[in-house]
Amino acid sequence: MTSAPVISAKNLSLTFETNDGPVHALKDVSLDIEKGDFVSFIGPSGCGKTTFLRCMADLEQPTDGIITVNGVSAAEARRARAYGYVFQAAGLYPWRTIGGNIRLPLEIMGYSKADQAERIARVLELVELSGFEKKFPWQLSGGMQQRASIARALAFDADILLMDEPFGALDEIVRDHLNEQLLRLWARTEKTIAFVTHSIPEAVYLSTKIVVMSPRPGRITDVIESPLPRERPLEIRETPEFLEIAHRVREGLRAGHGDV
Amino acid sequence: MRQSFWPVVTVVGLLLVIWYAAAVWLNSDWTYDKATRSGETVTATSLVADTWAQKKPKLPAPHQVAAEIWETTVLKNITSKRSLVYHSWVTLSATLLGFGLGTVLGTLLAVGIVFNRTMDMSVMPWVIASQTIPILAIAPMIIVVLNAVGISGLLPKAMISMYLSFFPVVVGMVKGLRSPDQMQLDQMRTWHASASQTFWRLRLPASMPYFFTSLKIAMAASLVGAIVGELPTGAVAGLGARLLAGSYYGQTIQIWSALIMAAALAAALVGMIGLVQRVTLKRMGMAQ
Repeated sequence: MTSAPVISAKNLSLTFETNDGPVHALKDVSLDIEKGDFVSFIGPSGCGKTTFLRCMADLEQPTDGIITVNGVSAAEARRARAYGYVFQAAGLYPWRTIGGNIRLPLEIMGYSKADQAERIARVLELVELSGFEKKFPWQLSGGMQQRASIARALAFDADILLMDEPFGALDEIVRDHLNEQLLRLWARTEKTIAFVTHSIPEAVYLSTKIVVMSPRPGRITDVIESPLPRERPLEIRETPEFLEIAHRVREGLRAGHGDV
Repeated sequence: MRQSFWPVVTVVGLLLVIWYAAAVWLNSDWTYDKATRSGETVTATSLVADTWAQKKPKLPAPHQVAAEIWETTVLKNITSKRSLVYHSWVTLSATLLGFGLGTVLGTLLAVGIVFNRTMDMSVMPWVIASQTIPILAIAPMIIVVLNAVGISGLLPKAMISMYLSFFPVVVGMVKGLRSPDQMQLDQMRTWHASASQTFWRLRLPASMPYFFTSLKIAMAASLVGAIVGELPTGAVAGLGARLLAGSYYGQTIQIWSALIMAAALAAALVGMIGLVQRVTLKRMGMAQ
C-alpha cells in the first residue's frame, strides 16, 4: 500500500514510576499499521501489548517517542472519535437495553434520533443480534454481550477498531464462532483492526500482520506478514501454511521470553 | 410474603407473651401495695387482672396500648389536640421536609466531593465530625438560635431532621457516584464524553442502588430528628410532645402508644421507599 499508515509509532517508550523503581512497559517500539490491516499483538503478560493499544487510544501517554493515528496525534484522534475500543469485559450498562447501550456513544456524539435508530439496527444485524434490541444485558450470554459491545464500537463512524482481548474470557467454542464472525465483519466494513490476544491460533487465524512482543522491557521481537488469503474458513487452521506461521509465532515468543 | 408469614407471626406472638409476662412482673408491686392497704389477699387471677388494667402502670399491657391508640386515632376528630393522628401529622410534616432537605443537601455535597478534589479533602471530615456531636445537645441550640432570628414552627424541627438525614445520603452517594470502574470511565474517554455526559449517563444511574439504601436510613434518621426536635422546646404538638407530656404526668400508656405510632410511621415510610426502589430499579432493568 502506498497511502500513509493509519497508525504509526516511532521509538515509542512508556515508563511507569512505581515504588519498586521504574517499569519499562514499552521501550523503543516502532510500527506502522496500514489501512485495512488486521494486526494482532501477542505476547506474555507484561509485554506491553495492552499498553501499546492504550497509547493508540490516548488512554495512556507515552513518555518518549511519537504516535500518530490518522496522521494526527493520538489525543487529537480520540477527540475526533477516530476509533472504537472494545474492552476485555463487555461493560454494558445494566440499566440500558442492548439497543440503549449501542445508542450511548451515539447520544454522546450527538447523532440525530433517526440516524441512531438506523445505525443500531444496522450494527445489530452486523453482529447477528437483530431482535435483541429490547433485551437487557443480563438476559444475554457472555458471548452475545461481547458481540453487543463490538456492535457498540461499530455504531459510529470510526475506521479503526481497537480490541483488547475481547474474547479472552470466553470458552473456546464461543471464541471460534466469534472469530469467524469478526473476520466476516472486517471484510464487510473494511475497518483497520488492532487486536490484542494471548492465543496463538487466534492471532494467526485473524491477522494479516502478527506482532510478537516480549516483556522487561516491553518490545517488539517479530512482525510476521501473514501469507494466508483474506478469505479464511475455520479449516484453514489445519493447513501447513497456518501451522508454519503458528510455529514462527511460538518461536518468537520463546526467543523473547528467555529462560522462562 | 407467604414463607415469611408464620415466622413473623411466631416472633410477634413470642414478643406479646414476654410483654404480658413482664407487665405482670413489673406492675405487681403496686397491686400488692394496694392489697396490703385494703387488707385483701391477692390470688393469681386477681394479680393478673389488676396488673394488666392499672391506670398508670410501669409497663402497660399490649391491649391497653392498643385501646389507647384506637381511642386517640379512630374515635377522636383528627383536628383535636388529643388525636394521635394530629400529632403524627405534625411530626410527619417535619420529618418529610427535613428528609427532603437532607436528601438534596446530601446529594449536592456528594456531587461536590466526587467532582472537586478540594471538597473531597475538606468537606468529608466535617461531615463525619457533624455526626459525632450528640443530637440531643445540638437540637435545643438550633431551635433557640433559629427562634432568635424569627424562625419557628416547622422549619427548626425540619433542620434537625436534615442534620441527621443528610449524612447517610452523602456517604451512600459518594460511594455510588464512584462505583463505575476504571474500564467504564476509560470507555467514556474513548468516546470523548464530557464530564456532564459521564455524570448523567454513567455515574448517576450507577449510583441508584446506593441512593435508595441511603434514603431508607435517612428517612428513619429524619423521624428520630423530628421527635428529638420536639422534646427540648416543650412543643405542644407532635409525637415528641406526646412523649414528653406522658413522662411529665406518668402517663405510660400515652408514652407507649406514641412510641408504637412512631415505629409504625417509620416502618410505613421506609416501606414506601422500598416500594419506590423496587419499581424504579425494575424499570431501570437493574433488579433481575
